[in-house]
Amino acid sequence: MEKGVITVVGQDQIGIIGKVCSFLADHQINILDISQTIIDEYFNMMMIVDITSKGDELGDIAKEIAKLGQEIGVDIKLQHENIFRKMHRL
Amino acid sequence: MINIFEVAETNKMIEQENLDVRTITMGISLLDCMDSNVDVVCEKIYAKITRLAGNLVSVGESIEHKYGIPIVNKRISVTPIAIVGNSSCKSTDDFIKIAKVLDKCAEELGVNFIGGYSAIVTKGMTPSDKLLIDSIPEALKVTARVCASVNLGSTRVGINMDAVKMMGEIIIKAAEFTKENDSIGCAKLVVFTNAPDDNPFMAGAFHGVTEGDAIINVGVSGPGVMRNAIATTKGESFDVLCDTIKKTAFKITRVGQLVAMEASEKLGVPFGIIDLSLAPTPAIGDSIADCLEQMGLESVGCPGTTAALAILNDHVKKGGVMAASHVGGLSGAFIPVSEDQGMIDAVLRGSLTLEKLEAMTCVCSVGLDMIAIPGSTTPTVISGMIADEMAIGMINQKTTAVRIIPVIGKDVGETVEFGGLLGYAPIMQVNNFEPAEFINRGGRIPAPIHSFKN
Repeated sequence: MEKGVITVVGQDQIGIIGKVCSFLADHQINILDISQTIIDEYFNMMMIVDITSKGDELGDIAKEIAKLGQEIGVDIKLQHENIFRKMHRL
Repeated sequence: MINIFEVAETNKMIEQENLDVRTITMGISLLDCMDSNVDVVCEKIYAKITRLAGNLVSVGESIEHKYGIPIVNKRISVTPIAIVGNSSCKSTDDFIKIAKVLDKCAEELGVNFIGGYSAIVTKGMTPSDKLLIDSIPEALKVTARVCASVNLGSTRVGINMDAVKMMGEIIIKAAEFTKENDSIGCAKLVVFTNAPDDNPFMAGAFHGVTEGDAIINVGVSGPGVMRNAIATTKGESFDVLCDTIKKTAFKITRVGQLVAMEASEKLGVPFGIIDLSLAPTPAIGDSIADCLEQMGLESVGCPGTTAALAILNDHVKKGGVMAASHVGGLSGAFIPVSEDQGMIDAVLRGSLTLEKLEAMTCVCSVGLDMIAIPGSTTPTVISGMIADEMAIGMINQKTTAVRIIPVIGKDVGETVEFGGLLGYAPIMQVNNFEPAEFINRGGRIPAPIHSFKN
């Protein structure tokens, strides 16, 4: 399975998770795990999602979800998990 | 499973500390483009480069979006043109035709620089090498993206002092040809000793004849990440400092390896090497000088600077080597002046001189890089500066380079603006006592004693 990592960073507000979840449902992306914490006084949420069938579409979805973030007023990123795996795991 | 703190650490590096992949460079062999007719050579070059690198920029951009990391430059390096044009170029104008084709390819493909307008004259010079070198000033004037380089010496065979003398004159001529633009031609011209065949960084990238038909080389960077990592070791011992640099270099390099493998797969071109470099940009915080000052130096150039740079350079390699499957290119810390705000500040406050920069080149990856000097500097003084750097490289078995810009019409106290990644630079003081009699001897400096290893 190929996994993507979604991060949401910014001021906490009502409906962030809801909006991100409907975006993912619209794009047929399954959520595998959600965690959240406060780092440096900022709300940080991380989702692990299944992107197995997305292939080269991933870049476009990443652009769209970043745009959704701009609309809500938080920073949302979707990245292939390998960048984190390579950096932090041998 | 990856945890949220690791994700946040990586994204902080990218968003706040300028972590990026500095360049994906596709090396392309043009050996099969040779012909006796220069127009045919140009047609073949155009066809081959556009065929192989047609998707370079779009693939680079798709990787950027997939991983959320900027890939600053997508570039191309080619076989040294003095070799490619050997049997077809009968005049400097013939070589200019090839330069224009390279420029056209780069423009159409959307790459900002194409390297390989080069000659390897380590020991001697063919008529073709001489013609290419003579054509460099004009080529840099009439093209925007072509980068030129000349290899003048090596540990194995010594230094070609005839070529060193010639390059002093060529650098001045290139400066004069582009004097309306602050002599920017010289920013695209570098001379080397021990030039690597697989360097992905400009202006010195070329695709050496030891390479295959095409290859992907990747240059990583991240001085901003390194600076912040070093800042966390304030007051700690050198042991802790060195360990921190190694760990940080490892993380940075792993990202480069990931991008390189992906680019190689998507482009259908084999992966070559990762160049483990810390390459600064004019962005605030993306500075090698800042890394050195974080180690505890009041200002770069003060006593201790060479030792600090040696530590940085060596531990970037130690950390990076384990993170990459193949390492090559220049690999180390770059110390350009114009592209590094911390270096510029050190020059302006009087702590960093040309002589100290020369000492620093003994322990870092390249050499005197992007240094603006008065336009009135004589060709023989420039040749003298080149000879010194070449000697450092030859004796210490390392790559050294000189990319200096004699800015026509400007003098010490003035600044010069190149724009973009090239930044701006204060004009530095040069020791103007004349080495003319030394340079004018001509001939070669023989290979050093430690080259006789057989």
